[in-house]
Amino acid sequence: MSPSGAELLRRIKSQIDEVDPSEVKELIDEGVTIVDVRGSEEFATGHLPGAKSIPRGHLESRIESAAPDRSAELIVYCASGNRSAYAARTLREDLGYEHVRSMTGGITLWKDRGYEVEVPRTLSGEQRERYSRHLLIPEIGAEGQQKLLDAKVLLLGAGGLGSPTALYLAAAGVGTLGIVDDDEVDLSNLQRQVIHSTQRIGIPKVDSAEESIHALNPDVQVVKYPVRIDASNIVEIIEGYDVIVDGVDNFPTRYLLNDATVRLKIPVVSASILGFDGQLSVFKPYEGPCYRCLFREPPPAELAPSCGANGVLGVLPGTMGLLQATEVIKLIVGIGEPAIGRLLLYDALGATLTEVKVHRDPDCPICSRDPEDITDEELGSFPDYEAFCAAAG
Amino acid sequence: MVIIPSMATIRIPPVLRASVGGEKEVSASGGNVGEVLRDLASSYPATQDQLFSAEGELNRYVNVYLNDEDVRVLDGLDTAVRDGDVLVILPAMAGG
Repeated sequence: MSPSGAELLRRIKSQIDEVDPSEVKELIDEGVTIVDVRGSEEFATGHLPGAKSIPRGHLESRIESAAPDRSAELIVYCASGNRSAYAARTLREDLGYEHVRSMTGGITLWKDRGYEVEVPRTLSGEQRERYSRHLLIPEIGAEGQQKLLDAKVLLLGAGGLGSPTALYLAAAGVGTLGIVDDDEVDLSNLQRQVIHSTQRIGIPKVDSAEESIHALNPDVQVVKYPVRIDASNIVEIIEGYDVIVDGVDNFPTRYLLNDATVRLKIPVVSASILGFDGQLSVFKPYEGPCYRCLFREPPPAELAPSCGANGVLGVLPGTMGLLQATEVIKLIVGIGEPAIGRLLLYDALGATLTEVKVHRDPDCPICSRDPEDITDEELGSFPDYEAFCAAAG
Repeated sequence: MVIIPSMATIRIPPVLRASVGGEKEVSASGGNVGEVLRDLASSYPATQDQLFSAEGELNRYVNVYLNDEDVRVLDGLDTAVRDGDVLVILPAMAGG
C-alpha cells in the first residue's frame, strides 16, 4: 500500500540530514550556500540573509547556477522544514549533492529564535507594470528584474552597436548605463545609429543618447563620459561596472579594453561589424578566453579597414547590437549559455549564423597571468601600433 | 599508391574577398590545412602575403578553423583535411 503523506515525510526525514537554525546562523558568516525552496511570493516576504531563491518546482533546473560545486556544503530551508526535506533528498539522491542538509523548523523556527531576516526590495507598482513581460518569464521574474535594476553596464561607444544596445538595455531596466563617446551626432550616423535623431545633429552623442534613454525609461541612471578612452583613464572609468559592451571601432581600444577588463575581471560582450558581416563573443576573464587569446595581434593596416571609413549595412549593427544586449542580460540575470569560448559569425547576405570555438591560450600574454601582475604600462600595448594606424590613415 | 588530395571549401572573410574575385567561398585541395591554403594562394596570389609570413608560417593575426575548431589546437598547418571539410579564415574585425 502506498504510504500516506505524513508517513512519506517521516521516511524522507529519516533519510536526510538536518541542521539546527543556530548552526545555520554561524555557517552564514562562513559563506555557506543557502537555498530557499519556498515559492517566490513567500521569499519576497523575507528570507535568511544571503539565501538564494529556488522554488522547489525549479530545483533541478536551477540548482547548478546557485551551487555549482556538488561536494560543497549546501543548506536548504522552507517555511517549516517539510518541503526542504523533500528538496534535500532530491539534491542528494538525484543530483549528487554530497553535503546537503535541511534546516529544522524552517524560517518559522528561525524567526522564533529572533534571528535576522532579510526582506528583499520589491518592485513598485509602476515597475511591476513596466516590466510585467519580464516578470512573466520564470527565468527572469522579480528576482532577475531586480538584478537588472541593480546592474551597472558600460557601453563603449554610442554609435552603430551602442545605439540599439543602449536602447534595449534601458527598456529592460538596467539601472545604470555608462556611455563613453567623445563624438557628436552627424547626419551620416543616422543611417544606423537609432538612438540619435535628426534634430540632435551636432550635439554630443552622450547627451543625445541620454535624452533617448530617459524618454524610454526614466528609471535608468545615465553616466556620461564624453571622452576618448585611453590607457590613462580606462581603469578609472570601467572600475565598478558589472558588464562592459564593446562596440568600439578600432583595434587599439579593443586591446586596451581587453587588458584592463582582464585585470579587473569584468566580463566584456564584444561585437564587430563590417559590410554585411558581424562577429560576437563574450570574454569572461579567467572563465573563458580573452580577446588576445582569440586574436593575439591586430592585422596589418591593409587587412584592418577599421581605421578608415568603411561601409556597413545600416541594420547590421542593430542585429549585432541586440545580440550583445541579449548576452548582457543573460550575464546579469545568470541564465542561459553566454557565448563564452565561442565566436558567432553572422553573414547578413547569406542569412547564416555560424560559430567557431575559441580556447584560452595557455601562452596568452595577458590572461595566462594573475590579474595583479598586469601593469599599467602593459595595458593595450603591442608592437608598432602607432605605425600601424598611421599607415592605415 | 596514389594519394588523391581532398577538396575543401574555404570561407573567405570580407577583407580578403577582393583578393579572390569577390567570392565568399572558394574550393581548394590538399591533404592538410597548409596544403589547402597554399593551393588557395597559388590560385589567388594576392592572398599569399595576407595568409603567410615571409617564412611560410601562418600569420599570427589570421585564425584558421577546420570546421569549427581552431587549427592551432589541432595540428596547425599539418592538420589533415578530408573531402568536404570547411576551412574558415578569420582575421580580426574592429568595426563598431
